[in-house]
Amino acid sequence: MMTKDPILKVEHLSMRFGGLMAINDLSFEAYRGDITALIGPNGAGKTTVFNCITGFYKPTMGMITMRQQGGKEFLLERMSDFEVTRDAKVARTFQNIRLFSGLTVLENLLVAQHNKLMLASGYTILGLLGFPTYKKAAAQSIEQAKYWLDKANLTDRADDPAGDLPYGAQRRLEIARAMCTGPEFLCLDEPAAGLNPRESLALNELLRSIRKDTGTSILLIEHDMSVVMEISDHVVVLEYGQKISDGNPEHVKNDPKVIAAYLGVEDDEVEEVIEEIEIIAETAPGDTH
Amino acid sequence: MTNTTSTTAGADGNLMARALREAFYAAIVALGLFILFVGLKTDQNILNELILVQRWGLLAIFVAIAAVGRFLSVAYIRPWAAARKATRAAAPAREANFFVRNFSMIAVAFLIIYPPLMVGLFGVQSSLKWVDNFGIQILIYVMLAWGLNIVVGLAGLLDLGYVAFYAVGAYSYALLSSYFGLSFWLLLPMAGILAALWGMILGFPVLRLKGDYLAIVTLAFGEIIRLVLINWTAVTKGTFGISGIAKASVFGIWSFDVSATNNFAKVFGLPMSSAYYKIFLFYLALALCMLTAFVTIRLRRMPIGRAWEALREDEIACRSLGINTVTTKLTAFATGAMFGGFAGSFFAVRQGFVSPESFVFLESAIILAIVVLGGMGSLVGIAVAATVMIGGTELLREMEFLKHIFGPDFTPELYRMLIFGLAMIVVMVWKPRGFVGSREPTAFLRERKSVSGSFTKEGHG
Repeated sequence: MMTKDPILKVEHLSMRFGGLMAINDLSFEAYRGDITALIGPNGAGKTTVFNCITGFYKPTMGMITMRQQGGKEFLLERMSDFEVTRDAKVARTFQNIRLFSGLTVLENLLVAQHNKLMLASGYTILGLLGFPTYKKAAAQSIEQAKYWLDKANLTDRADDPAGDLPYGAQRRLEIARAMCTGPEFLCLDEPAAGLNPRESLALNELLRSIRKDTGTSILLIEHDMSVVMEISDHVVVLEYGQKISDGNPEHVKNDPKVIAAYLGVEDDEVEEVIEEIEIIAETAPGDTH
Repeated sequence: MTNTTSTTAGADGNLMARALREAFYAAIVALGLFILFVGLKTDQNILNELILVQRWGLLAIFVAIAAVGRFLSVAYIRPWAAARKATRAAAPAREANFFVRNFSMIAVAFLIIYPPLMVGLFGVQSSLKWVDNFGIQILIYVMLAWGLNIVVGLAGLLDLGYVAFYAVGAYSYALLSSYFGLSFWLLLPMAGILAALWGMILGFPVLRLKGDYLAIVTLAFGEIIRLVLINWTAVTKGTFGISGIAKASVFGIWSFDVSATNNFAKVFGLPMSSAYYKIFLFYLALALCMLTAFVTIRLRRMPIGRAWEALREDEIACRSLGINTVTTKLTAFATGAMFGGFAGSFFAVRQGFVSPESFVFLESAIILAIVVLGGMGSLVGIAVAATVMIGGTELLREMEFLKHIFGPDFTPELYRMLIFGLAMIVVMVWKPRGFVGSREPTAFLRERKSVSGSFTKEGHG
């Protein structure tokens, strides 16, 4: 593999909750322009890693470096949650969707452009007096929202309350909303959870087009292997808070440690599993499990 | 169930029988409930002996009310309501009529012509009651409730001590005007700024708290302010309050002091009356209300207003979008407090007297009740609720005829809290989200559709 430019570097990250070591000395890198997937069995610590990256948790140990396009570096573990989005340009979504259900779809996207609009409105004061700078910025922000509505295929529902959308559309809206903050690095916590196969496909399309059109790098947690293997360039596998595998999807898929973690076999049985996998790979090449 | 007119005589008889049966049960329950409370009364006779007074007649009235009420409810009101609901569901959604669509415009127009109308109807001196007791009183509460609406309705932060900012505004004007002789027009913005400052001082320590905990701390804050006003006698004169507060003038051009040479009535050659001052205050209150409404409507369309509403919906999501929730909450507290401060300084100038008694917890509760009753976030709903609640209180004082029914000892004002309790329960059953439960979106692509109250959240922090 050629040398890639890392956008996010996680080094020796540890997170302890009381006596529980949720993440133990985890190091990995996410590369610019890649879709990186973070996978692992339930309780492996994936969401904890996410919360550490996005500032919602303060890690017990370790360093998380975000390197922006211009070469500016941010140490995310030192920043609070809103600064991670505002300054370091890392946006995130949530495993259990967190939309502003009483606001309309359009308003959800406008709230995401808060900091930009605050500046344009002179911290509300100029806007309150009706200065044209704010009006222009407001019109621009609606254009920006329209762009993402179109991408997420939600233009028809723009004036409906977000809480009224079906589940799949809510997922897409949450991604669109995160993108409206103008991130360079997008963290998605199980974006395909609860989606049917068709919606899952549409999600893949959306993520690909995000990467292609905006150059945003993506980190995602996912259980749906069809999504992971289909779209990710790089997969990191966690188990019990430790990294057990790291590489391209093909490599990870055939890593005996990963298979063991997912199928739950004893260490000495790993050899057998490898043989089995080889047989399966020969007979059904498309199968992911 | 669908149509009462088509029900057969058999079904009708059935309904009557059921109604009678339920009325009977209600009578028994009422009898059981009231027999010891109402039927019997312990009293002392002239020899200081404890005697049992029997009031079977009164008990019979209570029981009869319960029975008849139940009968009417089951036999007539419920079928009627069901039929109405069915016809409503069947009829297509009607276009809102002219009155409903332009309600706020019509209301403002009415308020502008209100004082001359009252003067025309009742004469200069008798119009005082209608302009002052009803008009100004209601407008003060509209202003307060609109201010609290920013904190509770938009940002979703439950504030039970809002009256503290009202007190800060009132005392700012009272103290600064009596100690330094500053004018109302200078002190009005100053009172707002001071109240906003206190809003931030309250905001800082309580930002980490949510929901019930926040409510308790704000409640305590309101009490602290009141107790300081009572006990800091050197400055505030304690429970005696501050009296003889200077009146406001029409931008310094005309004064309302009787001795002043530029007295309004003298300049215009009118007979001396306090009504002119009250009419002036009415328009001043109206202008302040309009300012509050204008700023609130404008702020809702600003990023800060949207951030407040987003904060009410989901605080964590707000933070994930790069919104600094600390400053957002502080601005909500400060803005709400500022309008409370305006209302307070207006209150002081209108009364000419302030004392800590005006700023008890009950005031906070009434203001909060107005916001909840009106529908959190809705300016029109809140204005209607303020009119109903405060106008209703004043109206009860006017109910002289009730004395003829219940005897000369009956004072209707004493029952106002009871009546309000009942009225609020009725409104909350009938419209759980307040008079205006839906929310107007602040931006739209194709059409402005109001958001049903079932989607909006009340906020938890």
